[in-house]
Amino acid sequence: MSKRETVSQLSEREKGRKLVSAFPRSPLLASDELPKSAEGDPVFAEPWQATVFAMTARLHEQGVFSWSEWAEALSAELYKPGRRADASDYYDCWVAALSRLVTELSIASGRELDALTRSWQRAAEATPHGRPIVIENDPLR
Amino acid sequence: MSERHHGHGHDHHHHDNHFTDMEARVKALETVLTEKGLIDPAAIDAIVETYETKVGPRNGARVVAKAWGDPQFAEWLKRDATAAIASLGFTGRQGEHMRAVFNTPDTHNLVVCTLCSCYPWAVLGLPPVWYKAPPYRSRAVIDPRGVLAEFGLELSAAKKIRVWDSTAELRYLVVPERPDRTEGFSEEQLAELVTRDSMIGTGLALSPEAAR
Repeated sequence: MSKRETVSQLSEREKGRKLVSAFPRSPLLASDELPKSAEGDPVFAEPWQATVFAMTARLHEQGVFSWSEWAEALSAELYKPGRRADASDYYDCWVAALSRLVTELSIASGRELDALTRSWQRAAEATPHGRPIVIENDPLR
Repeated sequence: MSERHHGHGHDHHHHDNHFTDMEARVKALETVLTEKGLIDPAAIDAIVETYETKVGPRNGARVVAKAWGDPQFAEWLKRDATAAIASLGFTGRQGEHMRAVFNTPDTHNLVVCTLCSCYPWAVLGLPPVWYKAPPYRSRAVIDPRGVLAEFGLELSAAKKIRVWDSTAELRYLVVPERPDRTEGFSEEQLAELVTRDSMIGTGLALSPEAAR
């Protein structure tokens, strides 16, 4: 396969995707503050926001937690004092809520999550630019 | 003929490998959930991808439409894109600088990130899949005319193509040429004509007929 074909195919694939229906509506979209497009789809300012959204949607789909469990965890974060007035920290709250559920459901401890977070940060710093950042690049791991 | 421009010369991308607290925490969650078999990273990527085309590049379209309708704003955008764009309320949380490059009858601009996928999220949303893919990243510089042809954009041989290589610190927004027969259009009507691809340079702004 030539590189030329690959570019075309990617571009075609993307055009095709506009035609297929979007990811099935998740009840998680019901959150009031969720930034949405005119079509009602979530809008993300940065890729990590899309990732955490997608992970949460997937866990819910698989029954790891119920909608009400999620709604409770998220609203606990959203109503904490000290939120930014412009709600630009909405997805920060989302991350906090998912972290909390993960620990409450004993999937991982808070300490494990914190250690992994720092490990990823060290891995990023240690990775030469242009290479994929993998956690194995953490010098302390 | 094509030229390649570096934002920061040899410093290109040096400080790019840094995860914010949120990025690192999301990676940590992903690692834990993958290890426990609760998520499959490929499935997550697929979900994220379906949204990529949906994420509105509407912020960027508003910037372009304002530049078309307001010569003073266009001048400011040319001089200091970071400030001009911020005046409309669009700022990247990572503090990256913006530069607006204007298409003219003689010159077409094309944006790429050859080393990874630096992209002006604050104005364009998430990058499309092809923008992050190696074929586009490598070929946009070597054969921009060929790449544009694949996007259905055949430029006359007389038109110069400038390729801008994004960095972590400096991101580019292409301001396409204003389409004909749009006199008297409001900013909202103009913004409808501005596609995401036209702001990367792999497309042109739509004609009023095409937008209908």
